[in-house]
Amino acid sequence: MSNDIRVKNGLSINLKGAPENIVKKAPFPKTVSINPSDFHLITPKMVVKVGDKVSAGDVVFFSKKNPEIKFCSPVSGEILDIVRGAKRRILEILINCDEKQIAISHKTSGFNKFSKNQILETLLNSGCWPFIKQRPYDIIADPKDSPKSIFISTLNTAPISADFEIVLNEQKEEFITGITALKKLTEGDLNICVEKNHNLFINEIDNVKIHNISGVHPAGNVGVQIHHIDPVNSGEKVWVVGAEDVALIGKLFLTGEYNPTRTIAVSGPPVKYPQYYKTIVGSSLSEIIKDAGIDTDLNLRFINGDVLTGRSVEKDNYLGFYNNTLSVLREGNHYRMFGWIPFINNAVPSIYKTSFSWLFPNKKYDLDTNLNGEERAFVVTGEMEDVFPMDIFPMQLLKECMSGNIEKMENLGIYEVAPEDFALIDYSSSSKIEAQKIIRDGLDLMISEVG
Amino acid sequence: MNIRQILDTIKKPFGKGEKFEKYAPAVNAFDTFLFVPNHTTKHGAHIRDAVDLKRTMITVIIALLPALFYGIYNTGYQYYSQLGTAFSTMDAVIHGSLKIVPMIAVSYIVGLAIEFAFAIFRGHEVNEGYLVTGLLIPMIMPVDIPLWMVGVSVAFAVLIGKEAFGGTGMNILNPALTARAFAFFAYPTYMSGNKVWVSEASNVDGVSGETILGMLASGESSIPYDVSQMFYGGIPGSIAETSTFMVLIGALILIYTGVGSWRIMIGSVIGAAVTGLLFNLWGANELMSFNWFNHLIVGGFAFGVVFMATDPVSAAQTTKGKWIYGILVGLFCILIRVFNPAYPEGVMLAILLMNVFAPTIDHYVIEANIKRRVNRKIKSNLNVA
Repeated sequence: MSNDIRVKNGLSINLKGAPENIVKKAPFPKTVSINPSDFHLITPKMVVKVGDKVSAGDVVFFSKKNPEIKFCSPVSGEILDIVRGAKRRILEILINCDEKQIAISHKTSGFNKFSKNQILETLLNSGCWPFIKQRPYDIIADPKDSPKSIFISTLNTAPISADFEIVLNEQKEEFITGITALKKLTEGDLNICVEKNHNLFINEIDNVKIHNISGVHPAGNVGVQIHHIDPVNSGEKVWVVGAEDVALIGKLFLTGEYNPTRTIAVSGPPVKYPQYYKTIVGSSLSEIIKDAGIDTDLNLRFINGDVLTGRSVEKDNYLGFYNNTLSVLREGNHYRMFGWIPFINNAVPSIYKTSFSWLFPNKKYDLDTNLNGEERAFVVTGEMEDVFPMDIFPMQLLKECMSGNIEKMENLGIYEVAPEDFALIDYSSSSKIEAQKIIRDGLDLMISEVG
Repeated sequence: MNIRQILDTIKKPFGKGEKFEKYAPAVNAFDTFLFVPNHTTKHGAHIRDAVDLKRTMITVIIALLPALFYGIYNTGYQYYSQLGTAFSTMDAVIHGSLKIVPMIAVSYIVGLAIEFAFAIFRGHEVNEGYLVTGLLIPMIMPVDIPLWMVGVSVAFAVLIGKEAFGGTGMNILNPALTARAFAFFAYPTYMSGNKVWVSEASNVDGVSGETILGMLASGESSIPYDVSQMFYGGIPGSIAETSTFMVLIGALILIYTGVGSWRIMIGSVIGAAVTGLLFNLWGANELMSFNWFNHLIVGGFAFGVVFMATDPVSAAQTTKGKWIYGILVGLFCILIRVFNPAYPEGVMLAILLMNVFAPTIDHYVIEANIKRRVNRKIKSNLNVA
């Protein structure tokens, strides 16, 4: 069964440095990191100490609030450091990789006959549970909930981000196995959203609902898809899993081992060889950066994730837990004389026709991180709706989030949105409103007040 | 040393922790006028659109220029043509400039001084909104209004119309129209009647100027202007409102760049045209039987609808709300013209009235959205049960 959804309100930003269809195997990293800031609102309770030996799949820490949710080492090696910040908050756990990799084994043979609880237990104990996130709130799912449906988006419309057709190309068996396991977690539908006219193997999967999506970004955002297919009402939970994460869950059930490999697209205007690398979750960036031909002497920004929603990292840092894209941009800390005059500076595209950029719809842009202005009060109306394809009033919702009015936020649809859905509003706002941050703070307020 | 380095040297004592930190917004306003600052993205999306509030506001000013230039010319044209002396275009432009440029200067000096003071006092950056408001205010005044009245009206508009509500983005009424309404009620002899609409009409005997709507309101049926004069603007009126043609050029710039709301503009035209047509059928007085199309091209209707009703802060903010708001602006404009002989021009009061009602319109549009969400939940619960 398949349904068609077409997204009209949005924006596809053409950037230079889109990843080419080449997949290389990155050298095995010397160090990997687990960064708790990838897991929103999780307070880590450490299991290991510095100097401990771990195998791949050994628990490194668990969630203080929900001890069932465990976070495991992606490699075998030795705990090199536990980096702490103010108030001893854990910032990062570094693991030195062994030459010879060993992994602990989970019992997964005959998983086809597993009950829901056995599947849950295997996912929780193996360290695969954090791959499952929930709406509302865009946080790691609570294993005690029963979701009304599960969503998987296999298309990515964010600028110069990883194409899941390439990522999933050689992981067909793993992906299908992952779907079989996930199917047991819900009594509702398992929805897979695919790009219209895709070349993936998704149509061969039985007992799932397949939705054909077309249109501009944010068509690939799973939140937009949920809104149009099976919207989240207050009190309901929907679980979402990333496309490659499904394959990683599948791999667990096929092999019994936690082996979180990651196919990562390295992209961005300053990247000489934008292409894909096969590596491990949390591996160090330096080898990949060198191989992709990025001049690290330049003033660059490295981003775990796409250019609209990612988290910036230093060049000697590590890959994140979820992202399939490593974006690179030039820092834009320069002045532009009279840069605000309309029709003069056409090097930056705009949703307004106040530059001539709209004359060249296929031109690829070399954008940097300049804010192109200063933050101001909300003035212009209607621009947010143009890039927000949901039946929600984005500006009104943002204002209620800022004033912290919980009842109004609930009425206006806070349960249906995630920060990433507001990324284009960040981009296009003429008042330079930090919409993603406002929504994240709003969601956190809802979690603490409503739960 | 290049300009950037000179600016950085000047700015030094205004930096964080320095002696004059408090006054930084004033210096920053000039600095960011010269250079788009080197700020980079800190949260959220790492890349940003080229547009900012400066660029949107300057686009509105560009859209205003055709009407302004024509207004300057028309001021001289009306004066000399009524005197009956020979004159060149240059004479007309010079006469108009001598009248209007000082008004613009007063408006900007008074308004920006208050804006800067509030920015320093409240510790935020100077907002660009006043660049538009400050130009709009003289453009909608009668040409002979004394400069001090312009100054007082501007001060009222910025202090009471805007800052009292919390500053840019918070005001309920359009600040430029607030200035005009203040002058209209505080100094009625300078703002209405048949002696204010043409330059020097109250001083020189040969010159008398009454607007078309004023003539109609006093029961005159023979209008000494034809439709093309009404459309191109060779008629008496507030400085920049007369030429519907020039306003339309501005409207095209606003709609084309996406800066102005076409929904409000089209909605207002529909509202006014339909109301005008209905009154044409009734035809009880001169203004009722005045052709509905002519209603659209005389007086301040076109100017008000394109540049004042579309002010995003004081207009309705939802898409549906914009349509309703626009249609009602058009409807009330004609209603006030037809039914209230004291105010032959209704567009100012119509827009101010709808400014007040815009939040209510939005409220009901948003309530409908909330209701959809509630119903969806009820339905979903029924399905589960």
